Amino acid sequence: MAFLGALSATGDPAARMLAADEAPNPWFDPSYVTDNWDTIVGYLGQHVRLTVGAVLLGALIALPLALLARRTRLLAGPVLGLSSVVYTIPSLAMFAFLAPFTGPLSPTTVLIGLTLYTLVILVRNFLTGLQGVPADVREAARGMGYGPARLFLQVDLPLALPTFMAGLRIATVSTVALVTVGVITGNGGLGQLIIGGLNSNFYRAEIVTGAVGCVLLALVADVLLAGLERLLTPWTRAAT
Amino acid sequence: MSALGDAFVYLNDPFNWIRSGGILDLLVQHLRISGLAVLLAAALAVPAGVLLGRSGRGAGAIVALSNVSRAVPTLALLTVLAVTPLGFSETGTVLALAVFAVPPMLTNTFVGFREVDRDVREAARAMGMSRGQMLRQVELPLALPLVMTGVRTAAVQVVATATLAALVGGGGLGRIINLGFGQQDLGQILAGAVLVAALALLTELVLVLVSTAVTPGQRRWPLRRVRSSPAGEPEPTSSGVPL
Repeated sequence: MAFLGALSATGDPAARMLAADEAPNPWFDPSYVTDNWDTIVGYLGQHVRLTVGAVLLGALIALPLALLARRTRLLAGPVLGLSSVVYTIPSLAMFAFLAPFTGPLSPTTVLIGLTLYTLVILVRNFLTGLQGVPADVREAARGMGYGPARLFLQVDLPLALPTFMAGLRIATVSTVALVTVGVITGNGGLGQLIIGGLNSNFYRAEIVTGAVGCVLLALVADVLLAGLERLLTPWTRAAT
Repeated sequence: MSALGDAFVYLNDPFNWIRSGGILDLLVQHLRISGLAVLLAAALAVPAGVLLGRSGRGAGAIVALSNVSRAVPTLALLTVLAVTPLGFSETGTVLALAVFAVPPMLTNTFVGFREVDRDVREAARAMGMSRGQMLRQVELPLALPLVMTGVRTAAVQVVATATLAALVGGGGLGRIINLGFGQQDLGQILAGAVLVAALALLTELVLVLVSTAVTPGQRRWPLRRVRSSPAGEPEPTSSGVPL
């Protein structure tokens, strides 16, 4: 409101300045956040949905791929090679590749693009985690009569869990940052605020709200996942 | 798929390449921005990584830096720099990209120099090498593969991120994609995607070859190496984010 008031109060015709330079345009403005709370929460919700969706989908696809790649050396090379090619493609190009097929204004474009990136990070970490399980431990379990499912759930999973969680944390944090590029399709979560502010005559408070929101969201997600890891691996604390 | 055909037509039209503001102009601009950003970041990160890596201090700070940089969206920094007095200049884009190129280079250089074998260092010192000689003749050759990994990771990331500059009014090949989305022109979107992705992959390929060529010792060309490394190890360093 202070912003609008100042804008209308500047009526000096002699000074040839841009309105953007003349009006107070603070970097931090709490009143912007309170006045636009509903909008911000809406974009935040989209940001969270896209991130969670991409990480979950990526994990669901990455796990079987990693299990297959561990089984056969023949598959590990192509899976990793392909994943590093995907990783090299810039996100804007990724969304652009998908746009003709999933619709240039659809959130599906962003979701699929982000899933591909999380998939790349997760396959690598899952495979590293699985390969880190000592072969004699698995053999001992098999000797004790463990079937494949029980072997995975009770031997592989607990031993590989720290690496799995590390992968999930990296994937989540980088996905939170990447969602912003989704603005190209109009589905960028908090990135909408960043570009919206830029387009609204460089409204700094809006830009900063979007940027700081992204960083905070990434930190919160990371802390939550770290807490989850602590909960899931009580034995790591008992050891020390 | 008519989009594919349109993309082909767009890319096959010489006018789209050579007109002013066409693909070639944008490509030159893209490479200029990326090159400056990588040089700027390398000038800061490599000496810092060498200093910290030789003393072995600052590991915690470097890990924190690379983790934080992962959480900051590049788009946010590009936008924030665009609304500072720098404005919509190439300088702002170069600065923003350089900031994100520092962590991979710093981490890799740091690890490379820290992991030089203590015995090798001691032997070099016992042979009467000065600190400068040790740096040039012993530590640098041993650390070079990781330093080059850092430079390659950072450079590919910068080339990829430079496309985002188009979203905040900057130049580079990203502009083709951005214009395509603005006009809902699927062919142009796809053509832009092909160009940007090809440039990123080409950068990666060229830098892999360069780093193999400059690494002393037995040459292990990338295509042959695949067979001998079975482990799906993720890169030992912060390779930054996909961009």
